[in-house]
Amino acid sequence: MSFDVQAVRADFPILSREVNGKPLVYLDSGASAQKPQVVIDAISYAYSYEYSNVHRGLHYLSNVATEKYESVRGVIAKFLNAGSEDEIVLNSGTTEGINMVAYGWAMPRMEAGDEIVLSIMEHHANIVPWHFLRERQGIVIKWVDVDANGDLDPQKVIDAIGPKTKLVAITHLSNVLGTKVDVKSITQAAHEKGVPVLVDGSQSAVHMPVDVQDLGVDFYAITGHKLYGPSGSGAIYVRKDRMAEMRPFIGGGDMIRDVHRDEVIYNDAPMKFEAGTPGIVQTIGLGVALEYIMSLGMANIAAYEDSLRDYARSKLDGLNWLNVQGQSADKAAIFSFTLQGAAHAHDISTVLDKKGVAVRAGQHCAQPLMEHMGIPATCRASFAMYNTTDDVDALVDALELCHDLFA
Amino acid sequence: MATESFEELAETFEFLDDWEDRYRHVIDMGRAMDGLDEALQVPATKVDGCASQVWIMPQIDGQGPDARFDFKGESDAMIVRGLIAVLHALYSGVRVGEVGKVDAVAELGRLGLNDHLSAQRSNGVRAMVERIRTVAAEAAAS
Repeated sequence: MSFDVQAVRADFPILSREVNGKPLVYLDSGASAQKPQVVIDAISYAYSYEYSNVHRGLHYLSNVATEKYESVRGVIAKFLNAGSEDEIVLNSGTTEGINMVAYGWAMPRMEAGDEIVLSIMEHHANIVPWHFLRERQGIVIKWVDVDANGDLDPQKVIDAIGPKTKLVAITHLSNVLGTKVDVKSITQAAHEKGVPVLVDGSQSAVHMPVDVQDLGVDFYAITGHKLYGPSGSGAIYVRKDRMAEMRPFIGGGDMIRDVHRDEVIYNDAPMKFEAGTPGIVQTIGLGVALEYIMSLGMANIAAYEDSLRDYARSKLDGLNWLNVQGQSADKAAIFSFTLQGAAHAHDISTVLDKKGVAVRAGQHCAQPLMEHMGIPATCRASFAMYNTTDDVDALVDALELCHDLFA
Repeated sequence: MATESFEELAETFEFLDDWEDRYRHVIDMGRAMDGLDEALQVPATKVDGCASQVWIMPQIDGQGPDARFDFKGESDAMIVRGLIAVLHALYSGVRVGEVGKVDAVAELGRLGLNDHLSAQRSNGVRAMVERIRTVAAEAAAS
């Protein structure tokens, strides 16, 4: 099956708008992706005709909304190839998912001196929840560095697992360097040592097929807004045995079966991890977004994005005044860079913006990695399935202007 | 009427039609500006709320509302450094009692640079202007 990027582009209405009088070149999908018309329509339709609270009423609309909402669990299970939809906890995104595991699974299992292994290229969402445990109960964070290429040697992660290690929490794809991590090898080795593995799949699930059973991981967190779905939607895969070990994180309605003065009986998993009225329409929108990308085929998307990466890499390598961080051979089409000379990342992004090119500038919620690289800030062009080689050319053209202005 | 140096700047900008030329000029102004010594780039002179790093050191010459306002500024971003130079043209030598009356949005608008003053922009120009106004108001009241 081939991948028709122009047909995909036509599905995203925002891509045809102009910014600062120039055609929009959106290279900030790593921060948040744009939405296809089917998702926008699904949101509008749900609020227009099928909206009510879920899991509560017995009336028609509540049943319809509940059915639509609950069906997304199965869509996500299919998307991640989970063994059962009962292993999918719906939430607001990766941040909530990782915090749930930190509080609900890790906290009661970890004592002062126990260790958690992280890579240096984690997003703050997979750092700060563990800092909470460090601050509050004295756990130790063990950091594993990337090499100069931006590659993470899986053996270094495995070697960092010691007798006191209780969890490996690691990204599948770096949001700054584009580096892919061999989580399968890490998980196999970690399991041999009896240590579970949590994977931050925020970026990876967007750009390549993910099979949580093949990877063997214990926890796999995804976030809807990067998956062409609504912001405030997401999920985490929690393998059944880990699900059974986990205590609830947020208490409230919907996650209980019975509440009395002196007793509370929780709902069954995964419901007991979903308190309060959820992001009903966001989740419905996420289901539509996932069906959309699955219909395009994750392998097709990955192959197309690889060709885009190769083109971008060859063009950017031709700019000898540009420093790209992260040269991993099979990296995703994410390029963080600085310009030689005095130009700040914000200078570059300001000029690119004037040319209609949207990139992110700053530390990308990955300050430990930036410290490790010794760079205060970078610009990041993150490509998605709707970007083209024309977008690469527009970026290069705008960068040449930056070089001219700031050199 | 703004300061003489700002009026001269506005005249120059009248000949700069497109944003590229305006930015080029702003960047050049930043390059030509005397910055703030590194020793003075300290928390007291740092302007918070900026995406890049910005420092401002006010200098008040005289007493009361007739004292003259001046400042030195610095940033690690070249466009912001240039914008500091533009603000310097706008505020340098103005009586502290008059600083609050300068309409920075309107004046930068004359240069086609007012989009840097919108509340959403985190480049610090707005925060710099606020710092300048506060310091001048305090000096005028002293």
